[in-house]
Amino acid sequence: MLLTNLAILVLAGFAGFLTISKVPNTLHTPLMSGTNAIHGIVVLGGIIVLGLGVDGFLNKLLLVIAIAFGTINVVGGFLVTDRMLEMFKSKPTPRVEEGEGAPAQIERDAA
Amino acid sequence: MSRTDLVALLYIIAFSLFIYGLMGLTGPRTAVRGNRIAAVGMGIAVVATCLIPGMGNWGLIIVGVAIGTAVGVPAARQVKMTAMPQMVALFNGVGGGAVALIAWVEFRHTNGYSDEATYVAIFSLFAAIIGSVSFWGSNIAFAKLQELLPGRPISIGRAQQFANLALLLIAVACAVAIVAGSDTEILMIALLLAAAILGNFVVLPIGGADMPVVISLLNAFTGLSAAATGVALNNTALIVAGMIVGASGSILTNLMAQAMNRSIPAIVAGGFGGVVTTGGTTDDGVERTVRSTSAADAAVQMAYASHVVIVPGYGMAVAQAQHAVREMTKLLEDKGIEVTFAIHPVAGRMPGHMNVLLAEADVPYDQLKEMDQANSEFGRTDVSLVIGANDVTNPDARTKADSPIYGMPILNVDESQSVIILKRSMNSGFAGIDNPLFYNPKTAMLFGDAKASVSEITDELKAL
Repeated sequence: MLLTNLAILVLAGFAGFLTISKVPNTLHTPLMSGTNAIHGIVVLGGIIVLGLGVDGFLNKLLLVIAIAFGTINVVGGFLVTDRMLEMFKSKPTPRVEEGEGAPAQIERDAA
Repeated sequence: MSRTDLVALLYIIAFSLFIYGLMGLTGPRTAVRGNRIAAVGMGIAVVATCLIPGMGNWGLIIVGVAIGTAVGVPAARQVKMTAMPQMVALFNGVGGGAVALIAWVEFRHTNGYSDEATYVAIFSLFAAIIGSVSFWGSNIAFAKLQELLPGRPISIGRAQQFANLALLLIAVACAVAIVAGSDTEILMIALLLAAAILGNFVVLPIGGADMPVVISLLNAFTGLSAAATGVALNNTALIVAGMIVGASGSILTNLMAQAMNRSIPAIVAGGFGGVVTTGGTTDDGVERTVRSTSAADAAVQMAYASHVVIVPGYGMAVAQAQHAVREMTKLLEDKGIEVTFAIHPVAGRMPGHMNVLLAEADVPYDQLKEMDQANSEFGRTDVSLVIGANDVTNPDARTKADSPIYGMPILNVDESQSVIILKRSMNSGFAGIDNPLFYNPKTAMLFGDAKASVSEITDELKAL
């Protein structure tokens, strides 16, 4: 069990490394915000521990807070990222010559 | 297929979507979709978790999710674009807090991990320490950026690093004692407390200029702690998602630190921005003069230029001047003037901060030049308009070896024919150091709120 999980851990690290290292500078803030939302996955930890049963008022209270925290992280994180990215998307460039120039630039930066 | 297999399958779909979504985030055109794909992945992961056999306590789970949604949605909807960095810090902090709380309950619920495998205790306690550091550190970062706390380093002096080390040792010692078999809850509380104070102590002495790097570092920390929680709870979704964030956050942190020519240990050691040399005299006592200008003069100067480069900084963000800047840019372009924006990687409080703001104001993507590209253009630039940027234009970084920012790559604004700087006052920048650019004979200062100044220039341009 432990070794399987460690294998997953290491491979996920490499996957993250390879996926992320290709992001252009200009998207770093949305990226930080997006990855920030993803680690909100800890909410699952809270749900599992509470769902599988704990005793005592304090334990339950702490877990409800943990779930609330995790949910804020997830929901807030994705929404904020979406708002930021919407601004990048709304680019119906008014001028024709720029409309032609922009995609080439974007592809260069993304490469 | 059993329920457990179904859950495992859904988790695989979920983290495939995370990775696919993050791949989308690598390009401006696919980014929105990428973020939404990742969000769908998160939804699937939550549903899958609820399908785990033997789940209960639904009422309390729903209460937690409802509270989180009620707080998170309005916060994310209403936050101003300029306050985005501290919002990310706050969201990151609560994630770390959740990790620490889960670990605490795990300890209580299992009577100090008495019947658990040793590795469960180790990973859970690791998550507890890192989560607690991340929660408190992020809150301090938030308070500094929100200006609830002064941006300058707050430190207890030389004893600081010794204190930090001692706190870390206390936390680790508590963890070792718990793993070795002790089940006293006082140890767990001491561990969480030591980590909490450590989180405060680590971020308090760090100057505001380093805050983007710190937030990114804490983001990576929270990711790692989530992955550790995943190992302790034997949950693959947590392991994969947490580790991806840990890896990406580390890369991003490194990129940012490189852009500032600072090493991560040096940043964490703190104190950057503590050196303050203000006033109108140089070190050798020579009186220096600052030339101030008017909006009308600035407008004329730019109207007769052929190439204007705008250098935005945090001042533009604070003044919410991006729309005014866009309007001014349009007017200049209508006059046939080439206008570009020079974006320093750490301008503002986060990498890409300026890009987000300018994108909000509909500045075309191809007008934004990154540092290397921009620096090759300053030689043929007639007017550089610096809007609320300071440290990223400071020539001391190239020439003055004892400057705290020596070696940091800067925008070579001083290579252009003339420079106009919009600034609120002669106060030094976030790093707290003097900028000789202000005293350069090429430079004219236009004092006042960035938005008001830009609007005045726009009016003058219209009148020309």
